[in-house]
Amino acid sequence: MIRFENVGLRYGMGPEILKDVSFHVRPKSFQFLTGPSGAGKTTLLRLLFLALKPTRGLITAFGKDISTITNAELPFLRRRVGVVFQDFRLLDHLTTYENVALPLRVRGKEEASYRKDVVELLKWVGLGDRIHVLPPVLSGGEKQRAAIARALIDQPEILLADEPTGNVDPPLARRLLRLFMELNRSGTSVVIATHDLTLMDQIDARRMILNGGRLEIHD
Amino acid sequence: MRRLRSQKWWMFGHKDERQTPIVPNGNISSTALIFVIAIMTFLACLTLGAVTVVRDSASSWQLQIAREATIQIRPDEELDMEAALDKVQVAASGFSGVRDARIVDKEATARLLEPWLGAGLDIDALPVPRLVIITIDPASPPDFAAMRAAIKLAVPQAVLEDHRNWVDRLVTMARTTVYFGIVVLSLVLVATALAIIFATRGAMSGNGHIIEVLHFVGAEGKFIANEFSRRFFMTGVKGALAGGLAALALFIAVGVWSAANRSTPEADQAAALFGNFAIGWAGYTGVLAIVILVALLTAETTRLTVLRHLKGLDRSNPE
Repeated sequence: MIRFENVGLRYGMGPEILKDVSFHVRPKSFQFLTGPSGAGKTTLLRLLFLALKPTRGLITAFGKDISTITNAELPFLRRRVGVVFQDFRLLDHLTTYENVALPLRVRGKEEASYRKDVVELLKWVGLGDRIHVLPPVLSGGEKQRAAIARALIDQPEILLADEPTGNVDPPLARRLLRLFMELNRSGTSVVIATHDLTLMDQIDARRMILNGGRLEIHD
Repeated sequence: MRRLRSQKWWMFGHKDERQTPIVPNGNISSTALIFVIAIMTFLACLTLGAVTVVRDSASSWQLQIAREATIQIRPDEELDMEAALDKVQVAASGFSGVRDARIVDKEATARLLEPWLGAGLDIDALPVPRLVIITIDPASPPDFAAMRAAIKLAVPQAVLEDHRNWVDRLVTMARTTVYFGIVVLSLVLVATALAIIFATRGAMSGNGHIIEVLHFVGAEGKFIANEFSRRFFMTGVKGALAGGLAALALFIAVGVWSAANRSTPEADQAAALFGNFAIGWAGYTGVLAIVILVALLTAETTRLTVLRHLKGLDRSNPE
């Protein structure tokens, strides 16, 4: 699905943040991306989301070498990837419903065609009673779930989540993990960037550990 | 209020148009942008109106002077002045392009000299030159050289003054004034464009997070640019309309004032310089063009700013 081969990345003239990173995110797979703070997890996620160009190496996404993809093709490729940002990135002037429906709205779909799906998804993530609320009124956990719902609404082939449990208490973190597992069972590949060991210990999944810019994989 | 509206369309299944706009309607920076646009449009329209008034006044002065010529008969002891005036009048009237040849009679001549020589002047007692005023068709003026020769032949003491030197100098002055006005207008338009570009970019900088979110949820660059440029086009229209209408209101107010005070010395002075102070259809069309141009400039600046922002987000090289 997404393959990295000897990928290296440096910011400007600084040291290499990522060194010879090679891995493959397979269809329907589940993996944690972990490592100490500042190890480059977010940078690796940005590369996975095609928001950065590697300094060297090869990245193949959905069978295409990303160095050959034009900027006009990128939005269509990104629609196959759902992202949950660490800081949620919800639009404060839109309701929870409108935030979650945003990916469908920007694709030009009629509101009537997706209304039911959005409401069902909001109920599924436990926000059925927060549909018309604006994000500043939501709690951290609710924002997190709204961000997850937005990433899932168009049924992406792969979900990338950056510290999805960083702002929630342990019971909610477990609930969110179950949500990701359920999603994975339905066929979506999941990559969760986290440094929460308790969370990772709860399931037997592949662990990709970034340390000193190098990646170790424990299947 | 927006919350209630949002719930309402949800309950009754209204269409997409009732959804909250992706780009929010207004904030402090967009209100400031409306003010900047309004002020700059007002100044640009004012300059355009001033150039229009000067241009119209200059061509009106030119036309008025080009419409007349004067024949002056110098007094001579052996000359029968009244007969000479009649001869000159007949000679001048015979030329095509002459609409009228009018003798300035003794009373009118005396009135002309009154400021210098006082009232109750006996013209016959003084060797005063007499005038014949010729009204000319400005569309097909007569052959002045032939007329000058014919008049000289009829009355050797007669001299034709066609005001050509004066008209030429006036035309040069009028053209210079209009060129200067156009240069000033161009500078004001460039300043307006720059002020609007910088103000729009300033207002846009507060919306960077919206561009990023739309980008990362898979919106095409064209879609994002259209959303923003549509919103900012309306901001541009509001500001430009306010500025344009304020300028028009000022022109109309000055026009009404000058019409109402036509008989006062101040209004006479202004009327002598600027005619009736009306900007005419050319001025109104110009104001409309500036309003449209400003609105389009705002939208285009927004579109380019969004596209530049997106270029920075798209697979940017790490920095």
